[in-house]
Amino acid sequence: MSGGYEARFKVWRGDVKGGDLEDFEVEVNEGEVVLDIIHRLQATQAPDLAVRWNCKAGKCGSCSAEINGRPRLMCMTRMSVFEPDETITVTPLRAFPVVRDLVTDVGFNYTKAREIPAFVPPEGVGAGEYRMMQEDVDRSQEFRKCIECFLCQDTCHVVRDHEENKSAFAGPRFLMRVAELDMHPLDAAEDTGLDRKQTAQDEHGLGYCNITKCCTEVCPEGIKITDNALIPLKERAVDRKYDPLVWLGSKIRRRSSAG
Amino acid sequence: MRDGTRAAITAPHLRTDRWWLALAATAAGLLAFIVYSTWRAFADAHYYAAPYVSPFYSPCLAERCEPMHGGPNWEIFGGWWGISPAIIILIFPLGFRLTCYYYRKAYYRGFWASPPACAVAEPHKKYSGETRFPLILQNLHRYFFYAALLVAGILTYDTVLAFRDENYEWGHMGLGTLVFLVNIVLIWAYTLSCHSCRHIVGGKLKHFSKHPVRYRMWQWVGKLNARHMLLAWASLVSVALADFYVYLVASGVFDDPTLF
Amino acid sequence: MSVVERQEWDVVVIGAGGAGLRAAIEARERGARTAVICKSLFGKAHTVMAEGGIAAAMGNVNSGDNWQVHFRDTMRGGKFLNQWRMAELHAQEAPDRVWELETWGALFDRTKDGRISQRNFGGHEYPRLAHVGDRTGLELIRTLQQKIVALQQEDHKETGDYESRLKVFQECTVTRILKDGERVSGVFGYERESGRFLVLEAPAVVISTGGIGKSFKVTSNSWEYTGDGHALALLAGAPLLNMEFVQFHPTGMVWPPSVKGILVTESVRGDGGVLRNSEGKRFMFDYIPDVFKEKYAQSEEEGDRWYDDPDHNRRPPELLPRDEVARAINSEVKAGRGSPHGGVFLDVSTRMPAETIRRRLPSMYHQFKELADVDITAEAMEVGPTCHYVMGGIAVESDTAAARGVPGLFASGEVAGGMHGSNRLGGNSLSDLLVFGRRAGLHAAEYAAGLTGARPPVDEDQIDTAAAEALRPFSAEGPPPGEQDGRPPENPYTLHQELQQAMNDLVGIIRREGEMEQALEKLADLRVRARRAGVEGHRQFNPGWHLALDLRNMLLVSECVARAALERTESRGGHTREDHPAMEREWRRINLLCRLTDPTGGSAAATDPVVAQIALTRETTEPVRPDLLALFDKEELVKYLAEEELYE
Repeated sequence: MSGGYEARFKVWRGDVKGGDLEDFEVEVNEGEVVLDIIHRLQATQAPDLAVRWNCKAGKCGSCSAEINGRPRLMCMTRMSVFEPDETITVTPLRAFPVVRDLVTDVGFNYTKAREIPAFVPPEGVGAGEYRMMQEDVDRSQEFRKCIECFLCQDTCHVVRDHEENKSAFAGPRFLMRVAELDMHPLDAAEDTGLDRKQTAQDEHGLGYCNITKCCTEVCPEGIKITDNALIPLKERAVDRKYDPLVWLGSKIRRRSSAG
Repeated sequence: MRDGTRAAITAPHLRTDRWWLALAATAAGLLAFIVYSTWRAFADAHYYAAPYVSPFYSPCLAERCEPMHGGPNWEIFGGWWGISPAIIILIFPLGFRLTCYYYRKAYYRGFWASPPACAVAEPHKKYSGETRFPLILQNLHRYFFYAALLVAGILTYDTVLAFRDENYEWGHMGLGTLVFLVNIVLIWAYTLSCHSCRHIVGGKLKHFSKHPVRYRMWQWVGKLNARHMLLAWASLVSVALADFYVYLVASGVFDDPTLF
Repeated sequence: MSVVERQEWDVVVIGAGGAGLRAAIEARERGARTAVICKSLFGKAHTVMAEGGIAAAMGNVNSGDNWQVHFRDTMRGGKFLNQWRMAELHAQEAPDRVWELETWGALFDRTKDGRISQRNFGGHEYPRLAHVGDRTGLELIRTLQQKIVALQQEDHKETGDYESRLKVFQECTVTRILKDGERVSGVFGYERESGRFLVLEAPAVVISTGGIGKSFKVTSNSWEYTGDGHALALLAGAPLLNMEFVQFHPTGMVWPPSVKGILVTESVRGDGGVLRNSEGKRFMFDYIPDVFKEKYAQSEEEGDRWYDDPDHNRRPPELLPRDEVARAINSEVKAGRGSPHGGVFLDVSTRMPAETIRRRLPSMYHQFKELADVDITAEAMEVGPTCHYVMGGIAVESDTAAARGVPGLFASGEVAGGMHGSNRLGGNSLSDLLVFGRRAGLHAAEYAAGLTGARPPVDEDQIDTAAAEALRPFSAEGPPPGEQDGRPPENPYTLHQELQQAMNDLVGIIRREGEMEQALEKLADLRVRARRAGVEGHRQFNPGWHLALDLRNMLLVSECVARAALERTESRGGHTREDHPAMEREWRRINLLCRLTDPTGGSAAATDPVVAQIALTRETTEPVRPDLLALFDKEELVKYLAEEELYE
């Protein structure tokens, strides 16, 4: 095998009680990715090295970690991007509680997922009768490319650097979910009295986002989270809350419907 | 800052790349513009060299403005306005850029280190983002956008006036005219590539298919919007250069080379 | 003994892929308190890897399509070995299952008039696959996941607890189905994160664990595909059906080595990609088998015209069923006309503008760009066969998805056998998950509700035995029988690699009698060594331990595949015998069933390399219903059916 060499790795090992970076020297072959190297460590040097992975093809979003300090998928980080004499540091995601070694407890994300009200099907439109135009679903489809690797949730400084914000802030992934549903051509949330534009800010913490774009930077699917989801959502919230004309209109409407 | 259940890693970051480079470049660039524009805005001099008016001083709305033939000076503010007339008008483009979604990223990162770079710990104990006063005012961006449209309109007018010579004869062009042309194109491109603009022309719609014209406009603005950062910098440089050009001509460093 | 957490549920679903989640949704909507157990995180199941689409005869793109045509295609693809009633139900119900996804928020690609767009795929007569670019599986799993969350939100509104009626136990592995006499009484498993044991008591269990690909070296399957459900069913006394039929997808990546096997979606060919050998020849025209001669183009010109005018031209042979294409590629490589890394060339770059490729095949574009440094808009891909899917599986009743012989046990999805016969058509998997996932959930809920008297009690001895079995790798035994000195425990990773190599080389895409006998010996040897698989460390998220436990399942299933493959002396679909290259009409009526030789699950077979663990029985299939047979031309049926069947 051409291109084979011995690489130096530092892998964080430990659990909630503590841990440290452990040094390894390990063989690297042509065309390999970081996850291959972690697997080689398991098979040859550290059989109980905990790592979460699944498809190894960048489609499931399980093998999220931080490589040389940057949140990435291990299966999509090719070894060829590093110099052979470079020491490669692999740590677990730093915004979530650690379980063991490279495995973290990502339960935060599942909690947040439950707090976003689901798609509301339109009344009186049966299954099979849905008609949507491609241009109307394009935007939401981009967001549905999300593989839920939670790298954006990990890198977002709102919660990464401020644990106390976790209860108030849904994170980029789930604000994007709100945007996805708000842009869904047939979502009927408004008919049930649910205003996603308003709740994005009032309940899911959109205001915490200061659009510094790290979520977009780390997204392995290349979704333009900030430009296409978060900023449009902010603008939609402005429509509801900071636009005097809209505000006046809704006041009048409310009054007339009450009267 | 960190919670006790997280992996016990004390280093604020483990990045090995030169993440501070972008940070430093952004901060330096913004700082340079701030220094230059402050000097020029308060200078109250060398802002008019017929037929060119510095974009910092347009429109000129005080009695103390230099007379500009057919130019953008209307004495809305009377003789009581005692300082540079640039201050009256600069508030609008400044507000537009301050609340711009790109510049916000740039100065939150560059000046406030919130965060300094991705996955690099920020130095602040508390963070409330744009949820409270004063930063909640960032939501007013779209109103500055409307104002910026007016300003861009006036700068367009200035550019038209630049097709005169120093005696106000039409049908001439100087090097300054070219500078103004480039500047106004970049100003428009930056203004129209604004995220608020993208929202207003079509982004707010739920069904593009029912509004084909606005959908086209949204797509077009979206293409520009993808280059918003580039346009923000390019127009920042061009507006400073246009001003500097007027300064050089007005202060007599050289005469505007006439093309025809 | 370790602490065991115990809970009571009505229905337990093992596996949270498309079938498992669809089953759980149905069971919960029918009023059963339902638990889902999955090895990965919720939403990461192997279903996300599915790319091409969901086959359903909605007729949105070509109105000539209907369920009968879909049924015909499915039977042809499976070479008439399909459990025909399943194929019938599948073709009839698939459209409803797809439309239902839309009401849960799915966003498929659209036709011009706003309906669900459908694309061409191998073996399907009309454009039939509902899709979202080339990430349809992701859309499916996310939609089901979000529907589950929606149900949990409803429950939260009513009861204040999200998990009162529907709970997902993520990152948990089930190692045993518990039984009360013949009936199911619950499941035993462990939490991967903590290593703690878990018993869920339930009268009805749905197995939806997917496939077995991780027993092969070159595979498109993820680590989860260790045949858990197949093994659980076997150990619980349910038979497996036709395990010799393993689909090798014709187009997997072949380079670089670390990604060898990763899937290259069939949509590449459906959208116009062509296969070429090292001489630049479109070799598939040389490999059209007789049974398909009338259905496929005989010249490149005709094949190319088909993309724009499918009504007046026949489709190109690149779109033959997968088994045919995989064998053809295999032959080309063997004949020395392969690509530099041992595959053939799959080319879209000369067939479509770069922009179109990036729009229609975005994840393929990225996959090659990022993993292989190949720009598919500028050069051809190198591809070769990869182990993709197992057609065989748990023998089930067609209508209810109930496993045969074990009341309370149900199976759906890839782990269930029968539906696809000897070869599955692309796109029929996702629809299978939805149609039979729903049926399994429905009937499991009904079964649980219909129980009279006390629920089946859980036997404490079974729990203790299961716990001891799970803990064995931590105290891997020393001396083997008849030897004095202790030997070091076996490394589970090494055993796994040897197993994958053996299955790949000896029971792979082309099979020979001698090699399969060799494989059985190797499997027996591995099985004995696996008893001594030992692990270091403790039970908290210990991958070595997890693998040691999964080995049992892979070895059981591999033996089923090898034994059944040795028994079936013909070539059909996903089973190709070099020594019996023809399809035999007599074999069409034969199902092969695998059962444990020692149904008590005792250790004699496990420790003795001579005794087989698996026993085979032959079974004659039920004749195809006449009205379904009438959908085919007589001339076509002659190729498949035995004389007696034709005149019945």
